[in-house]
This record gives sequence, structure tokens and C-alpha cells, in this order.
Amino acid sequence: MKRFLALSAAVLSTAGLTLTAAPLAAQDIAITGATVATGDGSAPIENATVVVRSGRIVAAGADVAVPEGVPALDGTGTWVTPGIFASITNLGLVDVSAVSSSNDVRASDSPYDAALDVAPAINPAAQDFSYSRAGGVTRATVTPVASSGIFAGQGAVVDLGADFDAVTQRRAFQHVEMGERGASLAGGSRTSVHAMVRNALSEAQYYAQQGEWDEHGMLSRLDAQALSRVVTGEQQLYVTVHRAADILSVLALREEFPNLDMVLVGVTEGWMVADRIAASGIPVITAALSDLPESFERLAATQSNVGRMVDAGVSVAIGGYESSGDHPRSLPQMAGNLVALNQVTGATGLSWGEAFAAITSVPASIGGLEGRAGVLASGAHGDLVVWDGDPLEVSSAPLRVFIDGVEQPLDNHQTRLRERYRTLDESELPPAYRR
Amino acid sequence: MDRFFNRGGPTAAFVSIASLALAGCAAASASDGMDSASASAPVAAQDEPYASTYERYPGVPTALIGATIYDGAGGRIENGVVLFAEGEVVAIGDASLAVPDGYTVIDGTGRFVTPGIIDIHSHLGDYPTPSVPAHSDGNEATSPTTPEVWAEHSVWPQDPGFSRALANGGITSLQILPGSANLMGGRSVTLKNVYSRTVQGMKFPGAPYSMKMACGENPKRVYGSRGRMPSTRMGNFAVNRETWLEAQAYAEEEDPDRDLAMETLAGVLAGEILIQNHCYRADEMALVMDMADEFGYQVSAFHHAVESYKIADLLRENDVCSAVWADWYGFKMEAYDAIPENAAMIHNAGACVVIHSDNENDIQRLNQEAAKAQADGRRMGIDIPDADVISWITLNAARAMGIDHMTGSLEPGKMADVVLWNGDPLSVYTRPQMVWIDGALMYDMDNPMLRPVSDFELGQPGEGDVK
Repeated sequence: MKRFLALSAAVLSTAGLTLTAAPLAAQDIAITGATVATGDGSAPIENATVVVRSGRIVAAGADVAVPEGVPALDGTGTWVTPGIFASITNLGLVDVSAVSSSNDVRASDSPYDAALDVAPAINPAAQDFSYSRAGGVTRATVTPVASSGIFAGQGAVVDLGADFDAVTQRRAFQHVEMGERGASLAGGSRTSVHAMVRNALSEAQYYAQQGEWDEHGMLSRLDAQALSRVVTGEQQLYVTVHRAADILSVLALREEFPNLDMVLVGVTEGWMVADRIAASGIPVITAALSDLPESFERLAATQSNVGRMVDAGVSVAIGGYESSGDHPRSLPQMAGNLVALNQVTGATGLSWGEAFAAITSVPASIGGLEGRAGVLASGAHGDLVVWDGDPLEVSSAPLRVFIDGVEQPLDNHQTRLRERYRTLDESELPPAYRR
Repeated sequence: MDRFFNRGGPTAAFVSIASLALAGCAAASASDGMDSASASAPVAAQDEPYASTYERYPGVPTALIGATIYDGAGGRIENGVVLFAEGEVVAIGDASLAVPDGYTVIDGTGRFVTPGIIDIHSHLGDYPTPSVPAHSDGNEATSPTTPEVWAEHSVWPQDPGFSRALANGGITSLQILPGSANLMGGRSVTLKNVYSRTVQGMKFPGAPYSMKMACGENPKRVYGSRGRMPSTRMGNFAVNRETWLEAQAYAEEEDPDRDLAMETLAGVLAGEILIQNHCYRADEMALVMDMADEFGYQVSAFHHAVESYKIADLLRENDVCSAVWADWYGFKMEAYDAIPENAAMIHNAGACVVIHSDNENDIQRLNQEAAKAQADGRRMGIDIPDADVISWITLNAARAMGIDHMTGSLEPGKMADVVLWNGDPLSVYTRPQMVWIDGALMYDMDNPMLRPVSDFELGQPGEGDVK
């Protein structure tokens, strides 16, 4: 462990703290003797080896040999996993939520909705990027929040490398609100939400089929163009919905628009209709621990929601944010709680492997990176996190983070403040000189 | 999030990241000011209006044996014994402590025992779920100083959140505070986490009142945006100081006319009502401590004190607790310098740490929040024993609320507020197994019938997360 950490320091000194214009060069690296969780839903493997070459995973497992010429690091006492994949984040869109000039999540007064695209607004130098990276998050989806209409706009898939090339897939998905919030944005009722969605998809279909905009329609040209990719199934449609009955109404959309490639988001009451969701094959992104009737569309909220949906065969990722305290780096804690839940009589949680998959391989697959991220499988991105213990345990933290085989700096505004105030001594100079 | 704005609307969305923003509640109290005599006879309670009608539920004499015990005061006993009967802790000791006849023995081998968990900063009841506008009862945001309002007059005792706090968090006592829109937000109420038909039936008997104060962004934004004072931080202080001057004059009157606002403030000046002060920034906390000196009161705790690590020495010298989150940051400007090592650095400087929730979700996991804060300290070289970390969510909270002579630690004669955890309470994999409040078993992980369901949730599809 000591040797391991020493190597870490040497590598990090070259990485520096500032973002680099282009990604740093990938290293070939092997880590041996670690507890390895591959992210595919299986149980952790003790005393295992992970090999990364040219930025890609080569192998991970108990009987993996270290190829000649690849430097081997002793991972004894550590856990090695794929990076966390955080679904539904505002990474790079916000410095301070309440400082509106620093916050690009909502475009309340925009004339556009579906056409909005977060990609050009993402700032990989935002502190939340580095805090999340230091928490072991290596990839994420970034979404706008619906504000000017029921459509939020188009989200992106990003990596959290310390460079400016964060966006790996632009316009990855469209996001629409179809529950209480959607009703409010649509004019006060779910009836209007459904009318607006159907009209928008119809106009988008016209655009897709005719190759031209229906200027007599309700959508602007750019919004129709954006939604034309949704109605044809080229682009995923994330649908935020919570109430069981609303979930079924959303599933029924495919009867009219059979090419929709939907992802359900929120889904607080999903457990009540889990069989129907499973039969649809539509995956779900949900908060792990929402257990309060926050609104009338969430009266059936339970911590067992995820476990029951998984048991029914639904593909479920844990993600999204519900309060000021929720950040991407708290995803392992959320997942760990679902492992603990199994001990409560009448409750349904997840196995360790299922819980870890729900914050790695499952969200990566929903994000279009099946087999390529969130999993230690041959050919996948070389995204590794070396932890000082069980990654789902609240006392654990990353020691080292690699993205595409590149070791990442873990320092940030918070770590610098910590070091500055490690002492309160002011006998020589004010703290402002300590840096 | 500090409870500044009611939720609903945009924040009710699944992705509410950006909307929340305005949080921040309030503040805290300091530990030593209250002896039990003053606690039991607060000034303004001379006629005990809205007096507590709480009575403990029946319990049996109980012996927890074989468990690791954290007593809440920093003590740790391996293979220990806790005895309680008639609502009180009878004895605590190691395996040599004999179990008297007539006690129900519970084998805690491999398990852990702590005092009941206490949240010093909650809005359950005054911002209950469902979070609809009709339930938004936490901020009387019509004047920057409203010391006349009492949180207990807003608390809805059917808030579903009380049940989750009990079952998932082992919460046995909690302080409900007004929000942070106002410089002086009103009186808090301390509750036992036992459902009742009335708020009086939940009130913690003998708990002193606190008054909520707030510095910083919220008051100046709320009132400044309406074109009235305060609109700046200096305005915040000016309004506070003018009000304290008024209170001093009132307190000196021999037979003053009744004035609800002044009665509260006079109670503070007399040391009978504690101050819980929402305050994020180090520089503002330092100014508030000087204001307290200027007018002769004591701040019990600063709440949301994300920058306490910068002035931990001052906080120690002034004997002011910091009630903090483990790792919330960045949602508002005054939270920008929050760091996850805050709690450990405050503790390391010898000042008092309390971990609080300010949130209906985090109140279900204060033990985990404390564990995170401990681990972040360990990684910077500050090793804090587990038993001390447990005090952050038990005795330290009780001290800052003025109830430490009654609960917060497993000491003979104190209330038998006890949690049996099915493992290490500082692990994510551990759950409360059984929770006793005043010696009555109020939750049992293995008995779904021993789990409260609020009126609101009865007959609903999830029925309070018991289905």
C-alpha cells in the first residue's frame, strides 16, 4: 500500500492541477492483489489483477497474468473497480446553483425547448467536475432541466478527465417531463402534457418524413428538427414520470410512436407496475432512497422500489438528484444503502453486485456505452478507480482515478482550502499566503 | 438545502439540482449555558402555554447484553450491558454487570448500542411531506424579525417524515426550527419522535426553547428584493442590533405589557432561550459572536457552519457548537468554501461538532453522515475515535439543545432513548434494529407492525413504506 501511494504521488506531480488542452497520454498499467469488482453485477473478486493498455481494459480477474513490459502496481488492501457512471447530472452547467449567472441548467425564458443542447455550455473546469472525479465518477450524463416547456432539451454524455474534451456524445438524448412538473409546464394538467407530446412528435414526424418544417405547426423549426431524431428512434427520449398510472400512460406512447427509444426517469412508483415496465424493455433511472410521499405522484414511495423493479427484470440505474446534498460522488452511498435494506423484514434491496452495477455498467449501458464503460471488460475504456476500501462503504474513498488509462489529478478548491486551514497559525503571514 | 423556499414547483422535479439552491437554515446553540434548573423553568413558560402532554409509552425492564456500546459521551464498552426500566437508564457497564430478575434480555452480540439519535436541525412538521404549498409553514417571511412566532404552531404531527426518521435513522428527539428567511425566525420546538394526535403530545417535556436566527444571504435577499431593510449584510446586523436594543429596554421594564416578540428576546437575554444561528461564513460567525457579547447572550450553535474550519479556535474559545452537514457544498454562494473535512477539523481544534440534517432525507442517515465526516478527517491525518463521532449525533446535539441533562447519553437516570443497531452504526450496511424512546420499544426491524404509519399514508398505495 505504501509503495502504491508513493507511485501515485510521482504520477500526479506530472498531471498537475490545471486542465490540459488535450487528454494526457494513456499509461499501460497493471494492478495486482486487489479486490476487484468488475461492475457487471457479479460479486467482488479477491486477490485479482486488472490490466490496462493503450487506454483500454485488457483483462480483469483472478487468473490474469501481467503482460511483459507493463508496470505492475501492488494493489494489496485496495479495491479496484470501473469508474462510477453518474446518470442525470448538471456537471459543468453550474458553479453555484443559486447564482443564476453561473447556472445553465434552466433556460426559463428561452424561445426554444427541445432544441436546447447542453454540449456547448458544459464547462469541464467547474469545481463539481473535479469533486466528482475525486469521488470516483469517471463518466456521466448531463441534462438540462425543463423550464421553457415540457421538453428540457438535449443532454450529453461526458467523461470527467481533466481536459477540455469532456463531451463524448453530444445530443445523446432528449428529456421530457410528463408528470406533475410537466403538467405545470404544459398549462396546468396532464391532459395538456399528453396533447403537447403527441403534437410535438407528430410535427417532428412530418419533419422527419418530409425533410421540411411545417411552418403552420406549433413547433419552431429548431425544436421540430431536434424532435425528428426522437420520433425516428435515432435519439433516446428520457421521460420523467413518477406515478404508476402515469408510467403506464407513457409506455402506451409507443403504440402511436413505435420507434421511440425511451428511458424512464424518476419512476418513484415503478414497483407497482414493475412487470409492465419489464415487459416493455424500457430501462429506468431512479433515485435509490426516495421513501417519502413528496407529492401526490409519489404516494407509494419506498426504498424497496429499486429492488422490486430489478427483481421484476427491469434494468435500473441509480441516479438523479433530489436535494442540495446529493452529488454524483454520493452515488456509492446510495447504492450501499440498498444492500443494507435487504436486512429489513418486508423490504427488498439489492445484492452488492447488483447495487454496484446500478452505478456503473447499467447507467453506462443506458448512456449508450454498453460493454465500453462502467465495466472492467476487455476493450472497455480504461476507467479505473483504486479505492482504499469497499467502494460502497461510507468511509471509503478513491486513492487513484484513471480515465482512458490516464491518471487523473484529484486536487481541487476543496483540497486546497483543507491544506490552507490545516493550521490556524497566523504568526508569520495571513492564511492568504499559504498555497 | 436550507429551508428557505418551499418546495414544489420546479424543485419537485426529479432533477432538482439547480432549483434548490437556497438553502440554509439556521443555527445553534451552545452547550453550556443551560443548567437543569433554568431548562425546566423557561421564562416565557411561566404559565406553560401549549404545555407538553407527552407521556412515555409502556415498556418492560430491558437488558441489552453482549453488544458494543457507545455511550454518547465518548465512552466505548465492548461486550457491554445496558439496563433500562421505567423509562430510564438504570445502569451501563461491562459484562460483569448483573442483570436483575425481571428484565427482558436481548442478546446484542455482534451488534451495537447507542443513545437515540438526535437531530438538532429539522423541519419535519413545519415543512412536511407532501411538499405542497398548503404545507409550507416554516418561514413567516413577512418581516425580517419575527421572534413572536413559535414553530410548534406550524408542526403537523402527521408528517410521514417522522416515521422514516425513526425507522431508518434511529431518531428519538429532534428540534424543529423555523426557516431562515428572517434574521430572527421565531422559537423552535423540541420533540420526542413519537407520533401523537397533537403537537403538545410530541413536545419534549422540559426542553428549553431556542430562537432561530439567520445571517447572510437569505434575509438580505428576501427583504432587499422587496425594497426594504435589510438588503445587505450590514443591514442584517443593523436590524438585529436595533432589535436587541429594544429587547434590552423591554427586559429592564418592571412590569411590561405583554409582547410576544419581546418575551422571546428577553428570554434569550435571560439565558433561558437558546440561540440557534444559521450562519455559513467564518467572518460572519465571528461578527455574530461579537454581537452576542455586545448584548449579553450566548450563541448555542451555528447551523450550516460550512466555514467553521477557518475559525475553529474562535468557536472553541466562545464555546459555540457547529451544526454541520458532512459534505454539502456549492448550492449557494455562502456555501462555496464548504469542505468535507470541516467536522473533523472543528473537532480537532477542540470545538463542539454536531451533525445535522435540515432535510427529511438526511435525517434518515445521520449516522452515515457522521461516518463520512470522520473518514474525511482520517484521510487528512485526524483520527477521531468512533465513540466520539457518535457524540456528534447524540450528546453534542443534546447539549446544544439544552436537553443533555435528560438524554443524549446512556447515563443512569437519563431517559431510556436507545438504539440497537444490527452492526457498526458508522457503516453503510448497518440498520437500526430496535429503537426505544423513554424505554418503550417504538421500532423493531423484524416486526413490520411495530412501525408507525401517519394518518396521511393510511390506505395509500405504499402505506408509509410498510408494504
